Amino acid sequence: MKHKLFGLLRRVGFLVLVVWTVVSLVTILIELVPGDPAVAVLGEQATPEQLAQFRAKHGLDRPPFFFGFPQDANGQRHFRWYGLDNRYDDYWVAILHGDLGKSFRTDQPVISLIFERYPATIELAIAAMLIAIAIAIPLGVVAGKNRGTLLDNGLSVIALVGISLPSFVIGPLLVYVFAVKLGWLAPSGRFDWSDIVLPSFTLGAALSAILTRMVRSSVIEELGEGYVRTARAKGLSERAVVYKHVLKNGLIPVVTVLGLQLGVLLAGAIITEKIFGWPGLGLLLVEDGIGKRDYRIVQGCVLAISTTYIIANTLTDMLYRWLDPRIRVS
Amino acid sequence: MSRLAIIGIVIVVVVVVVAIFAPWIAHYDVGATNLAMRYMPPSGAHWFGTDSTGRDVFSRVVFGARISLEVGVIVVAVSAVVGTLIGAVAGFYGRWVDALLSGYFFNVFLAFPGLLLAIAMVAFLGAGLNKLIFALCIIGWVGYARLIRAQVLKVREYDFVQAARALGAGDFRILFVHILPNAIQPLIVQASLGMAGAVLSEASLSFLGLGVPPPAPSWGVMIEEARDLSTLQAAPHALIFPGLAIALTVLAFNFIGDGLREYLDPRQRRR
Repeated sequence: MKHKLFGLLRRVGFLVLVVWTVVSLVTILIELVPGDPAVAVLGEQATPEQLAQFRAKHGLDRPPFFFGFPQDANGQRHFRWYGLDNRYDDYWVAILHGDLGKSFRTDQPVISLIFERYPATIELAIAAMLIAIAIAIPLGVVAGKNRGTLLDNGLSVIALVGISLPSFVIGPLLVYVFAVKLGWLAPSGRFDWSDIVLPSFTLGAALSAILTRMVRSSVIEELGEGYVRTARAKGLSERAVVYKHVLKNGLIPVVTVLGLQLGVLLAGAIITEKIFGWPGLGLLLVEDGIGKRDYRIVQGCVLAISTTYIIANTLTDMLYRWLDPRIRVS
Repeated sequence: MSRLAIIGIVIVVVVVVVAIFAPWIAHYDVGATNLAMRYMPPSGAHWFGTDSTGRDVFSRVVFGARISLEVGVIVVAVSAVVGTLIGAVAGFYGRWVDALLSGYFFNVFLAFPGLLLAIAMVAFLGAGLNKLIFALCIIGWVGYARLIRAQVLKVREYDFVQAARALGAGDFRILFVHILPNAIQPLIVQASLGMAGAVLSEASLSFLGLGVPPPAPSWGVMIEEARDLSTLQAAPHALIFPGLAIALTVLAFNFIGDGLREYLDPRQRRR
């Protein structure tokens, strides 16, 4: 019990540490902008008054960190301690109050923009995952049961091709076939239920390939176990042996990969959303954030995506331990 | 070596030769637009057809190989060297050094979606080949570091290391002369898979407009330019050929990586 509590505390502690690092990185990112972010947003033609007003409005006129090396009148840099009066602190205080700042362009709160777009991204990621599972389990089982045969080799090559084909190649090709040539589905947008088919297939293709390989390995490993022989000796049909016994045990590592891949899907959704004009977090990041140099939106999106990714990974880790007692013991 | 690995090596050799001899292989100037020749289908004059501005797709795919390989080689080399050094230090010294490096830094970097970090960095730094390479190195070194740390932890316990220590060898000599040469074999697999990842990441970031700026013939840029509906309708080849180039190159490096892994670890053969 003590060990369990310690383990849980350790994991939660690490989660907090990682989130702290991510928030710190995100606040530092704006310091990477070459020159002045105000000039980058307003353009070279902005007047000094406009620039000063912009900096004051978004807190960019305040020191970035607890200390700094500002230039004096002679151009010399000196160490200066600012204490708690800095942007890093401001950002933390704001985050703890559920505030991610305001868009540099529209003045809308970034947090509400993120909440507006978040459901579309989650919807896409879950649909992609379901498609990947629907493809991977039957293919992986067939490949594993027919290990070393032509069928197995063929499926393995297809899986490797799937892993190697990036979404920005698969996506436009699907648009070409199903929207341009056949006219069955819309090329972009999120208006009708059918609009999710092409983006989710694009996003799930690589995952289905990864999962197929995993299910195959798991099935091969489990088929060699003693309980499979027992089940067969009891007279169970091969179908029941595979789908009731082998898959049940073989899917444990697959669950881990699925959980870890949920985060990858969220990050990968950035490209898929751009291809299909899917109004999720990725499109917000790429078009409104990066495209319009709205750095506050970029900060907010990076924070939202990475926090979801980290939490998904931690929950997967805990689920994996719960599913497989051997890991808990070790 | 498996048959797939040999196919991978053949494809990579072809891509490398094409990249080196690009000026002699390409028939046209990669930036030369000719609106009268736009959307031309593949023909004897334009093997892969032309794009929406009449540029020769074959010549652009050929020069695109240079960008992909250049990014891949630099990113893998820098990441591997940095990762090896950090991983070796973590594995060799152990204790608080290892706890800080592997317990914190490795896990923090791995807990972050790599592509997102690269996108964020390039978004703030500004687009460009050098910045893209820098961002990919920042996300790339951890894989190597983790691998080498595990290897060093294993090798440092071997008798010949204890013997070298007994003979009075210093830490530097033990690590670089005795341990590392015996620990870096799996790095080849990681480097091969890393090449696939770097080629893919370069194309992804260029596709998003965060990599090599147009009109440079990066495969990712070519796909981005060819995916609007009018170009897709009139010239799908402008998308298909750079797409095939990326897929084949990435597939080849994955084949080599998988083949090497099986070759170096017989337990994994046809599992």
